[in-house]
Amino acid sequence: MALHFELVTPEKLVRSEDVYMVQVPGSEGDFGVLEGHAPFMSTISNGTVSVFSTQGAAPVEIAIEGGFAEVNDKGLTILAERVND
Amino acid sequence: MASLKELKNRIGSVKSTQKITKAKQMVAAAKLRRAQAAAEAARPYAERLEGVMSSLASKVSGDGAPKLLAGNGADQHHLLVVVNTDKGLCGGLNSNIVRAAILKARELEADGKKVSFYLVGKKGRAPIKRVFESQIAKHFDTSTVRYPGFEEAANIADDLIALFADNQFDVAHLVYPTFKSALVQDPTVQQLIPVPTPEAAQQTGSIVEYEPGEEEILEELLPRFVKTQLFGALLEIAASEQGASMTAMDNATRNAGDLINRLTIQYNRSRQAAITTELVEIISGAEAL
Repeated sequence: MALHFELVTPEKLVRSEDVYMVQVPGSEGDFGVLEGHAPFMSTISNGTVSVFSTQGAAPVEIAIEGGFAEVNDKGLTILAERVND
Repeated sequence: MASLKELKNRIGSVKSTQKITKAKQMVAAAKLRRAQAAAEAARPYAERLEGVMSSLASKVSGDGAPKLLAGNGADQHHLLVVVNTDKGLCGGLNSNIVRAAILKARELEADGKKVSFYLVGKKGRAPIKRVFESQIAKHFDTSTVRYPGFEEAANIADDLIALFADNQFDVAHLVYPTFKSALVQDPTVQQLIPVPTPEAAQQTGSIVEYEPGEEEILEELLPRFVKTQLFGALLEIAASEQGASMTAMDNATRNAGDLINRLTIQYNRSRQAAITTELVEIISGAEAL
């Protein structure tokens, strides 16, 4: 019961972990990804990715700039141009 | 025969040169580790991007394909993007890259194509200018930053894409070294624009939903892909520079050591000869009395 989440920038692999849910700022609206999401690909706009490590947990927020998100059977991969820590 | 004093000075100067090359070697070794780590850290992004690219490019083809993928229909004007280092002291690295670039340019010219150059890094300027003086389109200066990173790559890519949109060239090739080891850095020539269509990826069979649309995503993806390619080239040149520098400086240090040994032997011989002459003079002087 976990979603594999990876956040990658050109410089490095920022995060690779199993989480409950991730909220992504898609260019056509925010979307949340849970485990078992249908294959999906979207460009993303500048904004905040919220990572919920468990159900009901407080989200960890990561500010990102540009890029896109891909959901496949292995999980969610976000390719961001930049991550502002 | 050089005098004793001259020899002594010579040994001293070679010794200080050796100190410098040794220091540079150690610095390069330390920086190499860093550059290699950076190159490795960048790999996941490039791999994922390539995966996405290949799955998309096979879907969007034909007339609907963006210009960056399909090209502008012509194949006349080629642009060579040559990535060199900003600093020297790295053996034959830069001359190898320049040689590969010039070879490619000659090849294209023999086919009746027009060739121009887009130079990144300082060290390629002079040798390419010597051969193709009027064909250098632009220099991109990377010497102002310590470690050229994604921002520089993005700037170069934006520049190239703007030139391409303006029909300043039809095909762009990227010339850069591939870092194999500290001893081997092979110059590589790779097509950059139009983006070569990757082999179709293994389709998992599942239907992927695209947002906004496949073409819009591809349109955003292609410039990013070009940026990533350039970023990769910048990382490769950084690693290659340090690797080549380490090897070159190691050789220089060893040569200096050999030279010092030879000069020391020469110095000792002349010193001994001088002493012998003096003794002979004293002895023959005493015998004459």
